[in-house]
Amino acid sequence: MTTSKMTTSKAAGTSGGPMVKAEGVHKSFGAAHILKGIDLEVAPREVFCLIGPSGSGKSTFLRCINHLEKVNAGRLSVDGELVGYREHNGKLYELRDREVAARRRDIGMVFQRFNLFPHMTAVENIMEAPIQVKGESKSAARERAVKLLDRVGLSDKAGNYPSQLSGGQQQRVAIARALAMEPKLMLFDEPTSALDPELVGDVLDVMKDLAADGMTMIVVTHEMGFAREVGDSLVFMDDGVVVESGHPREVLGNPQHERTKSFLSKVL
Amino acid sequence: MSVDVDKSAQPPADAPPPHPEPIKAIPVRHYGRWVAAIVVIGLVALLFRAFASGNVNWDAIPEYLFNGDILKGLRNTLLITVLSMIIGVVGGVILAVMRQSKNPVTSTVAWFYVWFFRGTPVYVQLFLWFNLGLVFQYIDIMPIYKDEWSDFMTPFLCALLGLGLNEAAYMAEICRAGLNAVDEGQTEAAHALGMSHGKTLRRIIVPQAMRVIVPPTGNEVINMLKTSSLVIAVQYYDLLQAAQNVGRDSGVVVEMLILAAAWYLIATTVLSIGQYYLERYYARGSSRQLPPTPLQRAKARLSGGFNRAGGAA
Repeated sequence: MTTSKMTTSKAAGTSGGPMVKAEGVHKSFGAAHILKGIDLEVAPREVFCLIGPSGSGKSTFLRCINHLEKVNAGRLSVDGELVGYREHNGKLYELRDREVAARRRDIGMVFQRFNLFPHMTAVENIMEAPIQVKGESKSAARERAVKLLDRVGLSDKAGNYPSQLSGGQQQRVAIARALAMEPKLMLFDEPTSALDPELVGDVLDVMKDLAADGMTMIVVTHEMGFAREVGDSLVFMDDGVVVESGHPREVLGNPQHERTKSFLSKVL
Repeated sequence: MSVDVDKSAQPPADAPPPHPEPIKAIPVRHYGRWVAAIVVIGLVALLFRAFASGNVNWDAIPEYLFNGDILKGLRNTLLITVLSMIIGVVGGVILAVMRQSKNPVTSTVAWFYVWFFRGTPVYVQLFLWFNLGLVFQYIDIMPIYKDEWSDFMTPFLCALLGLGLNEAAYMAEICRAGLNAVDEGQTEAAHALGMSHGKTLRRIIVPQAMRVIVPPTGNEVINMLKTSSLVIAVQYYDLLQAAQNVGRDSGVVVEMLILAAAWYLIATTVLSIGQYYLERYYARGSSRQLPPTPLQRAKARLSGGFNRAGGAA
């Protein structure tokens, strides 16, 4: 893997404050109350890991950050801007679809099931958003896509369709696709959970490279080794609340709460 | 993958790898297949003989194959098929989008449209268009056009509206199924990249939905070509009408019906070939390797010799 670094000037954010700030965030689907008041802060250039049992609401919280899900109560902001709303004279105005889309440009997301566009080759997947959203020229987008493919170690797979790639390769293309928009924040929703064990390492290497480069990252994961090694902070969620948070080595090495202890005893 | 191999059974490392002895065995004889083949061939031969010796003037068919009236009817049939399908596809896309709309009025209207046009025979619909003059005496689009309804509603327009609007109802259902078949994760991924609803639909969802939409649409075109023979109800001069007219005038009624059938077959065959290549185009990316086209397969056979296994891809 090459070490060509991408510009990360955006990664520090423009507000000078936290990159993500959640205050009393609630979310329910019908009668199911998924998030029951989440408070947390993610600093710029931080690698922030979210762990917890399935159904604890960590993926839902991640999806709230780029407004794939609508928050029911509380305040959630990215780089000083409220997610999904505009505040004016103390009143909240819902954002139009176009405005929501504009905010999402700066937030990259990587999904558990990759979600690559199957009718496009790897390089076309990466070029799509810069051309369609930013109006970049085809040649400029291709040049950057090729660089990004090289960065994730797949320069020889540019012309392959997703169905011709392994899971680990697909996920690395998906990371490159998100990076092509030069985001200031990257969201990872269990990026290695759908992969065969021997393919996990390649994806984690790309993520480590990104972290070393100073990208702000929020990672929902079951990879405790990655959290311990790369994470700057870690939050354990259960049943829609933050149970415990701190430096990964402390939380993983010396959990304070019973629920954290019992969860860790099962996964470590 | 590791497989336990008995080391002692392996030849010494310096010996060349032995050629495996091909298995020589007597294949199973399928006598049943031979009997069935002979019976089927016999029946087909009997059928052929019956038609050939029947009271049909076969010479009349090639004679009238390129008859001017027949060709005019064929041209009209192809024209009405293409135009009705265009109305059907455009209308179907609009109805499918209306059906998925969050506005309850538009989605209900779309539902009623499909309910009515799918629920009544197209033959009846054609008659209704033909007799709509009972409801509307005049057509009056204020500054542009004013005429008596019966002058405005030509057989061509009756046929076009009857077939096209009926087709739109079927196309709406095909398009809706296609849009629904695309994984929701695709929309999420596109939205997460900052793409708008419209761009997501155009660039990501529709190209993938096409893979589901194209094959049944090809069927619809072929069906439309044949259903268009019903426009005889509104006195439109199509292939069947032409064949009947020529047959009546020349005393070769059955012969001209066979001729019409032959033209319909030729047209549907051409359409089927077009559909094959269209499907192939939209299947890209969905399977690891596209199967070779019949042309490519033939070329590979010629260059590689006939003994190579065909269709190994």
